[in-house]
Amino acid sequence: MVEVNLWSGLRKFTDGAEIVEVEGKTVGQVLDALIATHPGLGPVIEAGISVAVDGEVITGGRQTPVGEDSEVFLMQQIKGG
Amino acid sequence: MSKIHVQATVNGDSVEFLADPRETLLDCLRDHLDLTGAKEGCGTGDCGACSVMLNGRLVSSCLVLGVEAEGAEISTIEGMADGNELHPLQRKFIEHAALQCGFCTPGFLVAAKALLEKNPDPSESEIRFWLAGNLCRCTGYDKIVRAVQDAAAEMRGAA
Amino acid sequence: MAKDEISGKEFKWIGTTPDRPDGLDKVTGRARYGADFNLPNMLYAAVVRSPHAHARIVKIDASKALALKGVKAVVTRADLPTGLTGEDLYLQENTLAGEKALYDGHAVAAVAATSQLLAHDAAQLIEVEYEVLPHVTDVDKAMAKDAPVILPGCADHSVPEGSAPNVARMIEFGRGDLAAGYAEADLVREGHYTTEATHQGYIEPHAAVGQMGSDGKGEMWVCTQGQWYIRKMCSAVLGTDPAQLRVTPSEIGGGFGGKTTIFMEPLPLALSKKAGGRPVKLVMSRAEVLRATGPTASASMDVKMGMKRDGTITGAEVNFRMQGGPFPGASPVGEALSCAFACYDIANLNHVGWEVLANRPKCAAYRAPGSPMAAYAVESLVDELCRELDLDPIEVRLKNGVKEGVRASYGPKFKKIGLAETLEAAKAHPNYAAPLGPNQGRGVASGFWFNHGGETSVSLAVSEDGTAQVSVGTPDIGGSRASIALMAAETLGIAYENVRVNIVETGALGVNEPTHGSRATFASGKAMWEAAQGAIKEMCKRAAQKWDIDPEAVTWKDGAAWPAGDNAGKFEPLSIKEIAGEMGKTGGPISGHHESTPSGAGPSFGTHVVDVEVDPETGRVTVLRYLVTQDAGRAIHPQYVEGQYQGGAAQGIGWALNEGYIYGEDGRLQNTVFLDYRVPVASDLPMIDTVIVEVPNPGHPFGVRGVGETGITPPLPAIANAIHAATGARLRALPMNPPAVLAAIKAKG
Ligand code: FES
Ligand code: FES
Repeated sequence: MVEVNLWSGLRKFTDGAEIVEVEGKTVGQVLDALIATHPGLGPVIEAGISVAVDGEVITGGRQTPVGEDSEVFLMQQIKGG
Repeated sequence: MSKIHVQATVNGDSVEFLADPRETLLDCLRDHLDLTGAKEGCGTGDCGACSVMLNGRLVSSCLVLGVEAEGAEISTIEGMADGNELHPLQRKFIEHAALQCGFCTPGFLVAAKALLEKNPDPSESEIRFWLAGNLCRCTGYDKIVRAVQDAAAEMRGAA
Repeated sequence: MAKDEISGKEFKWIGTTPDRPDGLDKVTGRARYGADFNLPNMLYAAVVRSPHAHARIVKIDASKALALKGVKAVVTRADLPTGLTGEDLYLQENTLAGEKALYDGHAVAAVAATSQLLAHDAAQLIEVEYEVLPHVTDVDKAMAKDAPVILPGCADHSVPEGSAPNVARMIEFGRGDLAAGYAEADLVREGHYTTEATHQGYIEPHAAVGQMGSDGKGEMWVCTQGQWYIRKMCSAVLGTDPAQLRVTPSEIGGGFGGKTTIFMEPLPLALSKKAGGRPVKLVMSRAEVLRATGPTASASMDVKMGMKRDGTITGAEVNFRMQGGPFPGASPVGEALSCAFACYDIANLNHVGWEVLANRPKCAAYRAPGSPMAAYAVESLVDELCRELDLDPIEVRLKNGVKEGVRASYGPKFKKIGLAETLEAAKAHPNYAAPLGPNQGRGVASGFWFNHGGETSVSLAVSEDGTAQVSVGTPDIGGSRASIALMAAETLGIAYENVRVNIVETGALGVNEPTHGSRATFASGKAMWEAAQGAIKEMCKRAAQKWDIDPEAVTWKDGAAWPAGDNAGKFEPLSIKEIAGEMGKTGGPISGHHESTPSGAGPSFGTHVVDVEVDPETGRVTVLRYLVTQDAGRAIHPQYVEGQYQGGAAQGIGWALNEGYIYGEDGRLQNTVFLDYRVPVASDLPMIDTVIVEVPNPGHPFGVRGVGETGITPPLPAIANAIHAATGARLRALPMNPPAVLAAIKAKG
C-alpha cells in the first residue's frame, strides 16, 4: 500500500482522511486507485493536479514508479511564467 | 485620402515612397521601405523602441508623420554598422549581454549613439537620464549602462 | 541515467561568457520579431473591443464595414464553433465575446482589409449595440454575496455551499496544530495586505500573421513563448485539427509568462479562412495589450504568524483572495498559497485561498505567478516580527529557513536547495554593511519558485564537418540559445562556435511546452544532453566498426572516440570531424533525439537586500543600492543568469513602487499607455548587484536550476521593509507610490 497525502480541501471526498492508502506501483496506478476508492476525487484529479513522489514534483509521467514506502503528495497544479 | 509622394535619404541612400498622411514615419520605414529594425512598442512616444535620427536629431519615429520626412536625412539601426564593421556600441552590447529579448536594442543603440556624439564622456547618471526615454523590460538596465560606458571609453581611446 | 557525472571534471565551456549566437542579428535590426513578418497578398486586421466592463451584446452590425471597398472579412463569435467546455471555452470566450462582454477591452469582432488604415476605419464602422450591466473590478467587492454575477455557475466542487456567486474555487491545506503553535509564541501578529494587478509589460506587443484555407490547413508566424500551445489553443478555439496548423515562432520581444497563452491569435486564422485563405496580419497596440492581455491577479491577503523571542516561527496562516479576471482557473492563488511559507520550516500551518471572478482581463502567468504577492504579505509580516523582537532579519531566516530533507510548507520534502547559501551570501556582501544616512533604510526578503520541467522534445544532428545543429522548441527569450550551445559544446567536446541552436516550428519536433516555469535551459538543456548521448553512442559505434572492436570498448572524450582502455586495442582517436566526414559511407546521418517530461527541476531560492531613501516631503522612494543573491544550481552563461536576476528585480521594483492597474468607477482601465502605466526607466534604478550562488541541482546533468522567476518575488516586501526602516511607516498596499508613502508617514504622526 502507498500512503497518499491529500490537501485538506480534499478531505470531504475521503470521509475526512488526509492520508489515504491505495495500491499502485506507478503514479498512474495510484491516481486510478484513488479515483476508484474515492470517486469524488475524480473531477479534481482530471482537472489537473501535480504529484510529488519522494520530494520530486512529477509533471507528466504516469509511468513514474512509486515504491511501498514512497512519500506521495497531491498538490495544486503549478503554472510558470 | 490620396497618398503623398515623399523623397528622403535613409542611411545614405536616396529613397522615395507614397505615404498616407496619417501614417507615421515608423510605419513608412517599416511598411514602405522594409526597414523593420525600428520597432513599435507603444506608438505614443513612451518606449523609444522606434528611435531614429532625423536631420541629426534623435526622434521617436512613431511621433513623426511620414510626410514630414520629405527631404530629410534619416538614419536607422540598419545604417549603424559600417558594412560588416559593427559600431563600438553594437559590439559592447553583445559583449556585456546588454540585451535579453533584444526588442528594445535598436532603439537603445540609436539613442546611445546620439548621446555619445553629444557627450563622449557621460557620467552614469547622464547615461541613465538620456536613456530614460527608452524602456527595457528585460535587463534592469544595469548591463545596458555598462555597455554604453565601455563603448564610450573605447571611442574616446580610439579618437 | 548517468546524472551529473561530468560535474566532477573541469568544464571547458560551461561557466564562460561567449557572445550569444543571435547577438549580431539583434544589434543590427535584422532579427525578425512578430510584427516584422509579411507575406504576399497579405491582409491587415483590426479588432473591435468593448468599451464596457460588463455588457450584454444585443446586436453586431458589420454591413457598413463590409461595404467598404477592400474590406475582405469580418468575424464575430457566430463564426466560431459551439459546444466547447472548460478552459477551451474560456479561451474562445476571451478571443471573442459571446453573449456578454466581460471586461473593458474584451474583443467583440475583428475585420480584415487590404491595408492597416482601412482595417482601422472598417473597425470603427462596425456597430455594436450593448446593454450595459453592473460590473465589479475590485477583488474584495467581487467576493460580496450581492456582487454582479459574472459567470453563473462558476463554482467548482471546492466552493462551500452558500458562498458568493463569483467565487470559483477554494483551496485549503495545512498541518500541525495552529492554536498550539501560537500558544508557544512570544509574539503573535497579523496583517492585511493588498496588491494591485500589474502587467508583464513586454515591450513587443502581440503580433501574428496567420493563414488558413477552407480545408482547415493553416500556418502561423507569431511571437510566443510556446508555438505548440498556440497550435493547441488556436485549434481548440477554431475547431480545427492541431496537426494541420503549422506554427513558427518569431523572435520574441519579452513575454514573462504573458505569451504562454492566446489572446488574439485565432483571429487572423479565422479571418483568413473567411477571406479565401489570404494571409492576415494582426498586431496589437499598446493600449490593447494593457486592456486585453495577460495582467496578473490583484490580491487581498491576511497573514498571521507567531514567533518566539529567539526567532523561531511557531505557527503561521494565510487567507488569500485573488481575482484572475472573468474566467475560472486563471488566478495564481494556488501557487501563491504554496509559495507563501516555502522559505520557512514551520510545524503548524494553514493556508486558505479563494479564487474570485471580476470584470477584468483574463490573467496570464507573470514570472513566478502568485509568489510575489504571497511574499509581499508574508515577508512583510516576518519583518514586523523581527523588528518588534529586535532580531536580525537574515538570522531569523537562517534559523527558520528550509534545507535539504525539510518538509516544504506545501507537502513534500526538499532535496538539495540553496536558501541558506543565498542568505549567507547576502550577509557577507558589503551592501549589508554599508552605512545608511538620514531617511534611509535597509530591507531584506527572500523568495521562492518551484521551477518546472515540462514536455520537451529536442534533436541534435551532426553535420558533415563535425559541427552540430540542435533543434529546440523553447523560444529564446533571454539567451537560451547561448546556454544550450554551451552545454552542447561541453557534451560533444566541440567548440561553442561549432554549435548552431535553432528554435524550430511545430512541424519539426514533438510537442514542447513553452519557455515558461524557468525551464528552457533546464529542460531543453537536459533533453539536449540526452540527445547528444544518442549521437555520441552512434559515433562510438562508427569508430568501433572502423577499428573492428566492440562498441562498448569505445569512449567519448574531448570531441573524439577513443579506445576505452589498453585491452580495447591501440588506435589513434577518431575525431568527430573524421567520423562525420565519413558518415554517409559508414551508415548514414548521425543524430540523436530525446523526448520526455523531465522531473528534477530543483527549486530556486533567492534573497534580496535593498537600501532606499525616502523623501519625507514628497514620499518619493529612491532605490540606492540593490543586491540579488540567488541559487542558479550551476550558471551555464553567468552573464545571462545575472541578467535574469537584474531583470526580475527591476520588474519587482516597478510592482512595488509604481505599477498597478487603475480602474475607474465605470470599470474602464484608465492607464492604457506607458506614460500612465509607468514601468521603471533607467534613471529610476541603480546598478543591480548580483551574487550567483551555485548549489548544483542533482536533477540536471550540469546541475542547472531555472533562474528566470524567483527574482521578481523578494523586491515587493524588501522595499516595503526598507521603507519601514527609513520612515517607521509600514505600507501594506501596493503600489507604494509617493502619495501612498506620504500618507503612511503622515498617518504615523
Ligand atoms: S513606439 Fe515610438 S516611442 Fe514607443
Ligand atoms: S532586452 Fe527585452 S526589452 Fe530590453
